[in-house]
Amino acid sequence: MSTRVLVPSGVLGLGFDRDALARGVTLKPDIICIDGGSTDSGPYSLGTGTSKYSRAGCKAEWRELMKAREALQVPLVISSCGTCGSDGMVDWMFDITQELAIELNQSIKVALLYSEQSPDSIVERIQSSACHALEPAFSLNESLVKECTHIVALAGAEHMAHALQSGADIILTGRATDTAAICALPIMRGEHVGAAWHGAKIAECGALCSTNPTSGVIMLEVDEHGFSVQPMATDARCTPHSVSAHMLYENSDPFLLHEPGGTLDVTQAHYEQSDERTVRVMGSQWHKATKYTVKLEAARRTGYQCTIMAVIRDAHYVANAQAWINRLSEFLDKEISTSMSLDRTDYSLEFRLIGIDSVLGVLENKSGNPTEVGVLGIITASSESLTEEIAKLINPFLLHYPLTDNESLPTFAFPYSPAHSHRGALYEFCMNHTIELENPMDAFQLEIRQAGINATG
Amino acid sequence: MQLGELALNVRSKNAGPYWVTIDVFCGSESVYTHLQKLLSLDYVASIYQQPEDKIKRFELPDLHVLKFSFPRTIVQGSRFDRDMHGAQYSVLLSELEISPP
Repeated sequence: MSTRVLVPSGVLGLGFDRDALARGVTLKPDIICIDGGSTDSGPYSLGTGTSKYSRAGCKAEWRELMKAREALQVPLVISSCGTCGSDGMVDWMFDITQELAIELNQSIKVALLYSEQSPDSIVERIQSSACHALEPAFSLNESLVKECTHIVALAGAEHMAHALQSGADIILTGRATDTAAICALPIMRGEHVGAAWHGAKIAECGALCSTNPTSGVIMLEVDEHGFSVQPMATDARCTPHSVSAHMLYENSDPFLLHEPGGTLDVTQAHYEQSDERTVRVMGSQWHKATKYTVKLEAARRTGYQCTIMAVIRDAHYVANAQAWINRLSEFLDKEISTSMSLDRTDYSLEFRLIGIDSVLGVLENKSGNPTEVGVLGIITASSESLTEEIAKLINPFLLHYPLTDNESLPTFAFPYSPAHSHRGALYEFCMNHTIELENPMDAFQLEIRQAGINATG
Repeated sequence: MQLGELALNVRSKNAGPYWVTIDVFCGSESVYTHLQKLLSLDYVASIYQQPEDKIKRFELPDLHVLKFSFPRTIVQGSRFDRDMHGAQYSVLLSELEISPP
């Protein structure tokens, strides 16, 4: 026996090859799994509880997957709905599903798995020593936890199995590990546990494990001994190199992957080309943990930001950009202190020199001879109005400040009016911890709803 | 020559919000052997201004890959972060001036 998992792409909203999906459908998968989440784009999505990708784009792709599910009559799972996997984003995905079910004339049972955590519940777990820091470790306190706008726990295979056992046609989950949905059914059906987790890690980014990453769709087949992976686009191939290299991707350790309830160990894994486009993998191991833990992600608001930009083309200033910005920064801190009575701890004003070292900062070891330099001023403070006041105060100096006292006032290029732009609230990730659970479902809720035609609401 | 001209690919990426990881795909046994000697833990730590006990170094001879991971000095997306995806850290290795094998 084997279990086939069709993975249409690395994330809903990124796009996939429709022909490759159709080809995947003809191979009769036992389940279709796609991920909707990521921390790639930073803390904003979790901080605000919103999706990084457009609703229209997600809906268009979800339509194709709902049609494929209807044709196959197998479960369709999306994990980490709406980038961050907050409860609100699970509901957002349900709304999309409900609209499509009516448009497609489908009647479906939907399981919603919620993984958001209340700050109070986390405080309790800290107090009962059931919350542990991961490396790089820092400690949590009650006030920091209560500042979080959203805290989510990453669901594992057990939570996915719980949802699958409900017999739902479609499963929408809150935050989960990238691998959890993909490995759940193979594990439930008694396939090799190490192979299921390893295969899920290889498949989680869709065709990124193949020679044509943008084609999206891949098929994972897990059995009692190992797994095979094959891209569905006819011009793509999986090779031992493309597959094994994916184990390195976004992993700090290339051999071990910590998951809820255990660790995947690929030290002994062996990759082999089984036909022209398919790779077979054996030897993956799963080490069950003594305690069941799930990882947390959280974000909190740390202030508001406003940016202001000037571009320098004058060769004299371009050549002395760093000296100029050092002198200007010192002057502006005094101005802000004098005019606004602000202490340096009340705000931050940072200038990044685009063309000099704006990406690498202190790590930059190259110097060039740029034609122009972009000066990106980033102002952060406790309120939007305060950032705007600072932006307006520094505006004339960013435009006209001289390099030395004995030269005429320069005027640089502002690319737009007003020169400042509000960035809104600034969020930051603020947990790198796990929580211990007696029962995997303790921190998660499952809800069953009917959608589409004949839905009673 | 630059390391990036010799290696097949050098890439970096966040491994979650708190880590960055750099993969050096050497592409052949001979390049791997050469870079394995060159990219010592202390040398790479100095390039990224990391304490040596914070950086992890992995050798994957079957893949001809060297991999380095370290905690981000600035957490992804926080106020002073300059590279949301951590994808540009790799240039500091790919631009290293090295001798041919």
